[in-house]
Amino acid sequence: MIPTPGLGGSTRWPDAVFRAAAVTCAALVCLLMLGFFVELTRNSMPSIREFGFGFLTSATWNPVTGNFGALSSIYGTLVSTAIALLLAVPLSLATALFLVKLAPPGLARWVRQGVELLAAIPSIIYGMWGLFVFAPYMAEHVQPALKDVLGFTPLFGGPAMGIGMLTAGIILALMVLPFTTAVMRDVFRMTPEVLEEAAYGMGSTTWEVVRRVTIPHSIRGLAGGVFLGLGRAIGETMAVTFVIGNDHQLSASLLAAGNSIASTLANEFTEASEPLYRSSLIELGLVLLVITFLIQVAAHLWLQRLGRSSGRTA
Amino acid sequence: MSPPAGEAVATARGRSEPPFPLRSRKRRRVENLALEVASTAAALLALFFLFWILAVVVKRGISALDWTFFTSRPAPPGAEGGGLANAILGTVAMTLMAALIGTPLGVLTGVYLSEFGKGTRFASLVRFTVNVMLGIPSILAGLFVYTLLVVTTGHFSGWAGGVSLAVLILPNVARTTEDMLGLVPDTLRESSLALGAPRWKTTAGIVFRAARSGLATGILLAVARISGETAPLLFTALNSPYWPRDLGRPTANLTVTIFNYAMSPYSDWQRLAWGASLLITVSVLVVTLLTRWRVREEES
Repeated sequence: MIPTPGLGGSTRWPDAVFRAAAVTCAALVCLLMLGFFVELTRNSMPSIREFGFGFLTSATWNPVTGNFGALSSIYGTLVSTAIALLLAVPLSLATALFLVKLAPPGLARWVRQGVELLAAIPSIIYGMWGLFVFAPYMAEHVQPALKDVLGFTPLFGGPAMGIGMLTAGIILALMVLPFTTAVMRDVFRMTPEVLEEAAYGMGSTTWEVVRRVTIPHSIRGLAGGVFLGLGRAIGETMAVTFVIGNDHQLSASLLAAGNSIASTLANEFTEASEPLYRSSLIELGLVLLVITFLIQVAAHLWLQRLGRSSGRTA
Repeated sequence: MSPPAGEAVATARGRSEPPFPLRSRKRRRVENLALEVASTAAALLALFFLFWILAVVVKRGISALDWTFFTSRPAPPGAEGGGLANAILGTVAMTLMAALIGTPLGVLTGVYLSEFGKGTRFASLVRFTVNVMLGIPSILAGLFVYTLLVVTTGHFSGWAGGVSLAVLILPNVARTTEDMLGLVPDTLRESSLALGAPRWKTTAGIVFRAARSGLATGILLAVARISGETAPLLFTALNSPYWPRDLGRPTANLTVTIFNYAMSPYSDWQRLAWGASLLITVSVLVVTLLTRWRVREEES
């Protein structure tokens, strides 16, 4: 920080105002974050008083009888996010390797821009495409094939409707991909060249260099990237709302309709006229806030410890 | 007392495991080829989905974008025709409002982080909060502003919609500002201060000027991004079939209209939803690509 200029510098009132404005805005950001917790907690008090901890473990969601539990929404959020990460992590690892190790620089730039554009497409567009194009495609081609091969497991039981957990997870994976790829690409590029060249010099193939040198060297940064992807996927709303089916049933099948916290909020909030109903929805939001907050804090502490900025696209 | 490496391998062979399993050259080449094929395929797959989505949006949306789409408001349920001019206006109004509220607050926060607070504990707290806020789902911004402005005033409104978008834009702009001002060399600040310029003049006249193109790009990107947001508007601006004359009432906007119309049984409404999707996608992508292109021009 540069000191304010010497004699009389600090007494100039415009500077004092300028500084005060900047400090106020910075404080406002912290207040806003705090406000999220305070407001959501305050507004979910009726529901917290009514259901207590049982809210988190009950799978009932019945607006008619006024009985609410978050379990099916939490379950759906976790399952769809897990599917997304299972798909996105290997895909973005491979894509990042392509960008850093295989593609010639010109091509790499084009491919990178293309992948980053996936992050610029609004969530609701993924929803439109998912509901009208991708879900029917899943129902006709992908899900029957999955059922033929894996239909004996409970994971792929039930009818192939197109919409459901699996479709939501795949679309989430697409949406997370640009973020995880960007972090992984940055991390790979930070591997010291001497290390890799030494391995090449010993006669290693690219695969061996990647497996024995690059990945072990960047494993912690890669974990940070996965964390950021997790944070993105878990609160994604519109795309999931379009394709997850919005059903408060706990089902082992990935083909079944389900719901996530965000999709329940988006879908039911405007219909909820009962105060308890609305308060329960806000408590769902509070649960999501706590989960994402913890993930973000963990991810940034982790990345900060690595002394790297978190990858950000666009 | 370790023998030279070469001898160690020679004597160890057959008795103990070498550090890496020895494999045939053929197998190693096959494995390497597999990696190359898999990586290329992954990159192509991502691009394939990008083009698939864009192609669908263009193909289905283009037929809806006619003169009425841009000039009139929606027809009653089930009736033919109508456009989304009211929603276009509403989206523009709320995006502008968000930019007008969020940008100055964000820029000042960024200025604090980069110019005043460097190295202080409060600044690290603010920086950390900004980063965390960037990862909070947008739907929660909507819920927060709902409790703040909709519950207290008793009705949904365009103001609340604009504020919820401003909450999203603020951390974005703060982060960009800090990043961009951080690129300006300290010597510039010192020269200005040495000439006797006050802090505010140094920041506004020298540091901002040096960072202006990066700043403008970052802010434009942030504004483009939030113009495509849906979730925060669901609980704040809601939607409306009328012209957005009064931002104190529920206000029409493109994204919530897409959501409502897509779920409706009327094919004409679904057609309008695709038109709106195309309009939003093209606007956001054009801004993104233009700013990218400009940044690269300057780098080269």
